[in-house]
Amino acid sequence: MIDIFNAIVLLTNFIFIPAITYGSQLALGALGITFIYGILRFANFSHGEFMSFGAMSCILVTWFFQSNNINLGYLPTALLALPFAILSTIILSLLFNKFVFSYYRIQRSAPVVIAMASIGVMFVINAIIRIVIGPNDIKFFDGQKFIIKAKQFKNMTGLSEGLALKSTQVITVFITIFLLFLVFWFLQKTKTGKSMRAFSDNEDLALLSGINPSKVVFITWLIVGTLACVAGTLYGLDKGYKPFTYLGLVLPIFAAAIVGGIGNPIGAVVGGYTIAFSEIMITYAYKKFFKYLLPESLEPTGMIQLLSTDYKFAVSFTILVIVLLVRPSGIFKGRTL
Amino acid sequence: MITSKRTEILSILIMSLLLLFVGFMQSWSLSFSILNMCIISAIMSMGINMQWGYAGIFNVGIMGFTALGGLAAVLVSHAPINEAWSAGGMGIMISFLVIVLISLIVYWVNKRFKTNKKKYWIITLVIIIGLILVKLVYHPSVEAIEAVNPTLTGFLGGMGLPIIFSWIVGGLFAAGVAFAIGKITLGLRSDYLAIATLGISEIIIAVLKSEEWLARGVKNVVGLKRPVPYEINLQQTEWFISAVQYFNQSYLLDIVDKLEYEKVLNQLVIESSIIFVKICYAVLFFIVLLTILYLANKAQVSPWGRMMRAIRDNEVSANAMGKDVVRRHLQVFVIGSGVVGIAGAMLITLDSIFTPVSFQPLRYTFLIWIMVIVGGSGNNLGAILGGFIIWFAWIEAAPASQFVINILTSGLEDNNTFKIHLLNSIPYFRYLIMGTILLLIMRYRPKGILPEKIRYS
Repeated sequence: MIDIFNAIVLLTNFIFIPAITYGSQLALGALGITFIYGILRFANFSHGEFMSFGAMSCILVTWFFQSNNINLGYLPTALLALPFAILSTIILSLLFNKFVFSYYRIQRSAPVVIAMASIGVMFVINAIIRIVIGPNDIKFFDGQKFIIKAKQFKNMTGLSEGLALKSTQVITVFITIFLLFLVFWFLQKTKTGKSMRAFSDNEDLALLSGINPSKVVFITWLIVGTLACVAGTLYGLDKGYKPFTYLGLVLPIFAAAIVGGIGNPIGAVVGGYTIAFSEIMITYAYKKFFKYLLPESLEPTGMIQLLSTDYKFAVSFTILVIVLLVRPSGIFKGRTL
Repeated sequence: MITSKRTEILSILIMSLLLLFVGFMQSWSLSFSILNMCIISAIMSMGINMQWGYAGIFNVGIMGFTALGGLAAVLVSHAPINEAWSAGGMGIMISFLVIVLISLIVYWVNKRFKTNKKKYWIITLVIIIGLILVKLVYHPSVEAIEAVNPTLTGFLGGMGLPIIFSWIVGGLFAAGVAFAIGKITLGLRSDYLAIATLGISEIIIAVLKSEEWLARGVKNVVGLKRPVPYEINLQQTEWFISAVQYFNQSYLLDIVDKLEYEKVLNQLVIESSIIFVKICYAVLFFIVLLTILYLANKAQVSPWGRMMRAIRDNEVSANAMGKDVVRRHLQVFVIGSGVVGIAGAMLITLDSIFTPVSFQPLRYTFLIWIMVIVGGSGNNLGAILGGFIIWFAWIEAAPASQFVINILTSGLEDNNTFKIHLLNSIPYFRYLIMGTILLLIMRYRPKGILPEKIRYS
């Protein structure tokens, strides 16, 4: 009996909690991609860099607060800096909208052309980040690191497996729930949200019924900037900020958006968790888990790892390919907000 | 049309002048290195230009296809390691056969039970059983191979053929992978292909990094054989020394002292041997470049090229005219990726070292895209020009931005933190410059420097 509890705790500690956290980060990122796709109708390759920029501005503001001895006690100072970071990310995205994307939208360019322009934007933001903060790893987490430490948990329950709960993980989940609630409430209940859905559904019809396109686009970039900044900051807070990782995040985020049905916000969230769970479950070594459950004679000798962690891209890719083959429109039908 | 001809000549002239300028101002060795990389980049951008310019396919997996070409260079030219083959070659072969078998069975099941919903379960079952089978033979043989002299080899080695063959093999490798990926994603929306190629390129790099039995992974393969002479051999060859003597006659005649003469000559021979090797590479690369350019131009003006343009410009009507859009897309996707693979093999031939870690998407995928867009999509000469200009800018961006920063901050003292920070981040200004170039060209000259020539005939 104890062994079963141990096994459950093991899975919770190494799969469930990390996957929920990572999934939340992916979901926020995929939601941003989906918003751009649904309303501005292009695949935004620079989204990872927007996230990175958000995290960078958060770090800069955090440093400013820290040097002035402003902090939140148990909570990381980054939370206090987050609103300022969101503001700067929104300003950045509005600037790029004004100088780059709006031109193509008015010209009604093909989606691939705008996607190409987003590659240029990616290069520029990438350069800005590296010039401002450099290419090195930065840890900007402060405050209390753990809510439950592995050792505390062991003492508390008497199990031999520990369960560690980092405060970043809890913060990530709470902020994600809050933001998702806000976004869906906005889309379903407010007039502006409804007009955005209409715009996404049928642009010409929306224009005919008097919806102001520039307002819709403005709101979209507000939402996208916020989501990107929060997603980037949470990711950086949880795993340490490394500028180059954000380019690699583009793939799982896109996979999440497409798997869920690109252009569909609920799909993006579901897709994010799908990708995160499968990535972590497939690259986890189950040796210890089976050790608890099976009798000694049947104990596995190998690692029982389906794929090594080097291949975590392969997981999101495989899921993407399977979904494209079996159900090209994604789990939820895509292409409207 | 006349203006376009003039732009063509003018841009080629400017490019040559720039390379000459580097030769005179910095060094000839650098100038030829830039030239060689320019040619390789030009071939890559021609491959992408076929996909984008002829057919409007958005491929962001260039890095993966390049790396496959590089893998071909290793597998073709490295001497075979018989010990490793006898240790685990059999197991690898068996696992390979099993994988092929699985794919065939899956393909067959998919064909046979076209509408049956149960087919997915059958396919899953087949794949799982197959993977377990593969795992049983694969892991022991991989361990056996990697245990063979791990500090020097620890992989299967290659075929021991001249490396020049790898240019063809690399093209075939890339084309094969492109076929598989194209089969799955072409026919779906264009951005899906983009994401799928992005994914496959990351996976190819991950495989090359972690499968050490294949090409040593992150331990890198060094000292691949060259298709051109080695500097050290040249320096001891009679005809080369006399040739150097002949070309530097006027300079050498002024030196009277015998010892001094020897010393100067020796120095000249060393310098010229480095440049000579680079010229040899440049000649080989130029042959490939011109061949591909010739073929690409021929294809573009042929009925096939017209059909591709028709498909690109209006897929629906081309379809109505009875053209098999998906098939043609697959065709051009495979050909273009093959060309990228050839360039990848050439790249590794030039470096004679294979380092999977060095493949970065910004450098190997997105930079190539900038070349295509800047040069002029749909125009092969434009793609070459884009390759030259962007590679040149990529290399010279760092010295140029250093120059500019030094001027702008000349009022500040040397120990000013802001100035030091700026000078430290010089390498990253090239990204800024590249991004800005792309955005400006897309906005103000969307057809590129040399726009596509449309022939009405």
